Amino acid sequence: MADSKAQSVAFVRKTPIPQAPPPISEAGPLAWIRTNLFSGVFNSILTIIAFYVVIRFVMGVFPWFYNGVWDASSIRECKDKLDGLTGGCFAVLADRWDHLLFGFSYPPEGYWRIVLSFVLLMVAAAPLLFANLPRKMLYFTGFFPFLAYWLIWGGSIWVSMTLLAIIIATGFIYRLVAIQIDVEMRKIVAMGIGAICGVGLAYLLYLGASELSFIAGSIGTEGIVALIANKAFWAASIFTYVFFIPMGIFIGYAIYNSYEDGGLVSVVAALLFFGVAISYLVGPIWMGVNFILPIELEAVASRDMGGFMLNMVLGTVCVSLSIPLGIVLALGRQSDMPLIKGVCVVFIEFIRGVPLITLLFVANVMLAYFLPPSSNFDLILRVIIMITMFSAAYIAEVIRGGLAALPKGQYEAADSLGLNYNQATQLIILPQALKISIPGIVNVAVGLFKDTTLVSIISMFDLVGMIRGPIQNSTEWISVYWEVYGFGALLFFVVCYSISQYSQWLERQLATDHR
Amino acid sequence: MTNTATETQPSGMQISDEVAIEIKNMNKWYGTFHVLRDIDLTVQRGERIVICGPSGSGKSTLIRCINALEEHQKGSITVDGTLLSSDLKNIDKIRSEVGMCFQHFNLFPHLTILENCTLAPIWVRKIPKKEAEETAMYFLEKVKIPDQANKYPGQLSGGQQQRVAIARSLCMRPRIMLFDEPTSALDPEMIKEVLDTMIQLAEEGMTMLCVTHEMGFARQVANRVIFMDAGQIVEQNAPEPFFTNPQSDRTKLFLSQILGH
Ligand SMILES: Nc1ncnc2c1ncn2[C@@H]1O[C@H](COP(=O)(O)OP(=O)(O)O)[C@@H](O)[C@H]1O
Ligand SMILES: [Mg+2]
Repeated sequence: MADSKAQSVAFVRKTPIPQAPPPISEAGPLAWIRTNLFSGVFNSILTIIAFYVVIRFVMGVFPWFYNGVWDASSIRECKDKLDGLTGGCFAVLADRWDHLLFGFSYPPEGYWRIVLSFVLLMVAAAPLLFANLPRKMLYFTGFFPFLAYWLIWGGSIWVSMTLLAIIIATGFIYRLVAIQIDVEMRKIVAMGIGAICGVGLAYLLYLGASELSFIAGSIGTEGIVALIANKAFWAASIFTYVFFIPMGIFIGYAIYNSYEDGGLVSVVAALLFFGVAISYLVGPIWMGVNFILPIELEAVASRDMGGFMLNMVLGTVCVSLSIPLGIVLALGRQSDMPLIKGVCVVFIEFIRGVPLITLLFVANVMLAYFLPPSSNFDLILRVIIMITMFSAAYIAEVIRGGLAALPKGQYEAADSLGLNYNQATQLIILPQALKISIPGIVNVAVGLFKDTTLVSIISMFDLVGMIRGPIQNSTEWISVYWEVYGFGALLFFVVCYSISQYSQWLERQLATDHR
Repeated sequence: MTNTATETQPSGMQISDEVAIEIKNMNKWYGTFHVLRDIDLTVQRGERIVICGPSGSGKSTLIRCINALEEHQKGSITVDGTLLSSDLKNIDKIRSEVGMCFQHFNLFPHLTILENCTLAPIWVRKIPKKEAEETAMYFLEKVKIPDQANKYPGQLSGGQQQRVAIARSLCMRPRIMLFDEPTSALDPEMIKEVLDTMIQLAEEGMTMLCVTHEMGFARQVANRVIFMDAGQIVEQNAPEPFFTNPQSDRTKLFLSQILGH
């Protein structure tokens, strides 16, 4: 039927006519140029000026790259090779590549450890960044910090594994206990935890006091200072035991009463048990296990860390610590309990009122006085604490903005369904508030990452410290400037730009409100 | 002047003698502003009460006190035999027995319709997820939007959102439902679908307290209409006598304004 029809028709077009291109004046590059670049006298002038600037810039920069010298052992050799031409001396990057990335005293045989940590960091971060990856990967994310610590700092693997084991064990034990015992027992357990907390605090204070008397003693064994220090020491030790233990019990009781479902209690409990366990158990356990099964890497001291690696370590650790701390501070600031609210407000306002650099000086100089020399309180750890506190205060304010932006109806709906504070916060309030806060948090995170270069001022050799110090002060590379700083800027740009692109992608992913 | 109507409605909905809510001499202040004055109200199980009154008369505040979204300062509120006090345990218990629908729906925009409905059963009632989802689908079918289960609230119309909000409350299997002007943020063509849902609920014997100005709804399902003004219960009566023969002048004025046009 169809065939006969086709035969009876003289001509049947088998293929559609291809679309004719639009007239040349309506489309194509010429039209584009006309509508976008020369659509009026004023725009034409702007275009010409812009072109001029761009061309001058390229003409200036291009030879610098094109003539660049990649192979030389000193600035002098570079100049000779260039022979009067304009050109960058990129040889410094090749020559000092390792130093720029890893610092100048990290053992070169160990560079693979840092590279491996970096690669594993990507794997560990992936499930946090992309919700569609299998949730099982989060186990690795939890494991990663311990692994990375061992890889970067070296020593026995059993140090960080013991820490991990203690954390897991305390969590498990508390869970077990919390399930087994009834409500009244839990109250007692919470009080016990509080007491341990009190003893812990008391012990810390005791250490501080003894240190104080030690310092005072070293200033002068005789005289008023030593006397005061001595009295202070005894006062502090008595005070700690009569004050902190009851206070600990009280804290435990208060925690229990306000959060009866035990979620927070178990977290606090695990942390405290961990804190206590850490000070008594870690040493003997790791040494014991390591004696039986030694798995060791060459230990590297914190002062030997440097280069861009140091910026990455500080940036990653501080961002990942300051977001949870910022959330806690923001929630605390909204709390109905005056004490909690007060502590959070004072903390946030104090930290925001102080430049980061002063905090870093405090970390560098002051903390060293307050802590016992035996406590071996690492400089990087001190810097991490300071930067984390600093950015947590800012993140807290960003999140507070997100919390304030939520309609009151969301709290009421959650309340009216019978969700308790923890559940409402975790399921309803935070997911929405954090979503609103993403741009602000990313802003702080990017700023924080760049601020890690400030540690160069307290004589740590991060990327900038490396450039300012060992590279520019060396006889070979004495006046290289653009090449090294340009390279540093490029590294930071790549990381910061990726973070910003990710956050924009995430915002689009989370847009469910279809406003 | 006030008389409590206990006559049964034509639709045959039964009221038991069991007391669902008992409010005695309740007073509330916002700062120095006395919002609620000497409220006495007893609600039997299965009773359907419509509360009306001019704007600012304290209707919302009254029903929000019942599930402790607002705190009262004087008098007592007993819900289902539990005395409402500042004890968090009692408050949580009452809230999980009392469902509430708001004027602006207050769905959770970051969760799908189904997740909105299963959240509280899973976390508060500790019901397994699968069972909670079945319950949610049952109630979503009841409010006639099962096909929207995987959408987000922002993708639904106002009327649909309000029906989801009702389903969300019902998933907690509450014994009492509170409605605070559930239709007043809706376009006229959506009001009916929400009212139909509420009527259906009433026919199944749910104890309901509705703040609403839908007088047709009041006539059809209420056992009792309460008129509030300036923080007081001015008059309460069965719908027929309430509308045809109001006792107080304030009620007359209010009714003439609301029914007049
Ligand atoms: N949080 C509040 N703080 C102070 N006054 C309030 C608050 N909420 C409501 N009010 C006042 O209480 C009165 C009663 O409010 P409401 O119960 O919402 O009235 P209705 O629902 O009857 O319109 C109004 O005058 C209102 O301005
Ligand atoms: Mg109202």
